[in-house]
Amino acid sequence: MIPGALREAVARDGETIVYVPRERLLEVMTWLKHTPEQEFDYLVDVTAVEYRDRERPLEVVYFLRSLKRRADIRVKLELDPSEELWVDSVWELWHGADWLEREVFDMFGVTFRGHPDLRRILMWETYAEGYPLRKSFPLRGRFSRAEQVRQALNANPEAHYSLEELSIADAAGDLPDEMRDRLRRGERGVIPEPPSP
Amino acid sequence: MKRVGEVQSSNYLLAKFHDLADWAVNSSRANSLWPMPFGTACCAIEFMATAASRFDFARFGMERQAFSPRQADVLICAGRLPFKLAPVIRRIYDQMPQPKWVISMGACASTGGIFDNYSMVQGIDTIVPVDVYVPGCPPRPEGLLYGILLLHKKIKGESLFDAVRRRDEQPLDEKGLRLPPETIDEISEPFGNSVHQFRSS
Repeated sequence: MIPGALREAVARDGETIVYVPRERLLEVMTWLKHTPEQEFDYLVDVTAVEYRDRERPLEVVYFLRSLKRRADIRVKLELDPSEELWVDSVWELWHGADWLEREVFDMFGVTFRGHPDLRRILMWETYAEGYPLRKSFPLRGRFSRAEQVRQALNANPEAHYSLEELSIADAAGDLPDEMRDRLRRGERGVIPEPPSP
Repeated sequence: MKRVGEVQSSNYLLAKFHDLADWAVNSSRANSLWPMPFGTACCAIEFMATAASRFDFARFGMERQAFSPRQADVLICAGRLPFKLAPVIRRIYDQMPQPKWVISMGACASTGGIFDNYSMVQGIDTIVPVDVYVPGCPPRPEGLLYGILLLHKKIKGESLFDAVRRRDEQPLDEKGLRLPPETIDEISEPFGNSVHQFRSS
């Protein structure tokens, strides 16, 4: 293991939990994924926990699994809820972290630095009431019910999806050239070549 | 001396004609409702059971389930409605041709049910006008059938010639709401067990 990167390790009920300082996260994750005797190649979940005890820090939790070794590990890092919540994104290591980190951002307001597309995923993008799973968030939301209904009814249901997420392969021929080039260059939303006449 | 059953006046004839026309139109409408299922949760399972062979609401004229709102008469909202779906159900309602009716199936669609939280519409009557509320969590198929029969009764009481007994489409106001904000706040108030919670909790 990398020296100094492990703040604390707990092995309990057959599960291993390691606490990592925020600054060393990417280093540790890269080591866990690429070291031959580790090989945690599958990111099961990314989530966060805020405890009712306000003294306890907010935790971001990574569940890793090694499919080859049939081993699991849980990596936690602790954030101070009174400060800015940021973590380095592990999207470069596991592309599956994309939506998982978006969900943590949506529900807890944790910013993942280096994430390619950090938007809300469950709530709509114009949602202005805050981050629902934070302990400071009132159960019924911050706005009155009438205001919530008004905002919901004035929302555009199609606006939740980026163009790349919509099925645009059929319309590839009708798209403007620069958009088609952008989509072809991008890693997401790859469109097929138009059929040759 | 007038004989029994003799025509009294032209008004009497007109009223008789109105009654006849209402009867013909309302019976046709009530007995050939085309439901638009809007199933979002477990109530939709009971809705499917109602549509399937054992209970079979086709017996009551709902033979054709319209999966397009353009060919539907009655919108059946089966299940809880998150705020994210509110514009969707409103658009579906707006796309349905008149005359149209709405059945709110289950506790969550009617009042928000157990989901008294930040993400859930507290009763779809804040979004679309509702004709029949079917209680239950979820309601059994008998409950939905009873609601459908109540809707039949309501439709048969409507009149083409009497605006009081006929409900026109209710468009959204300039704020984009169906009801005044105070009314929405009032009908969204918690009830039952949730009255013991504070709004800020």
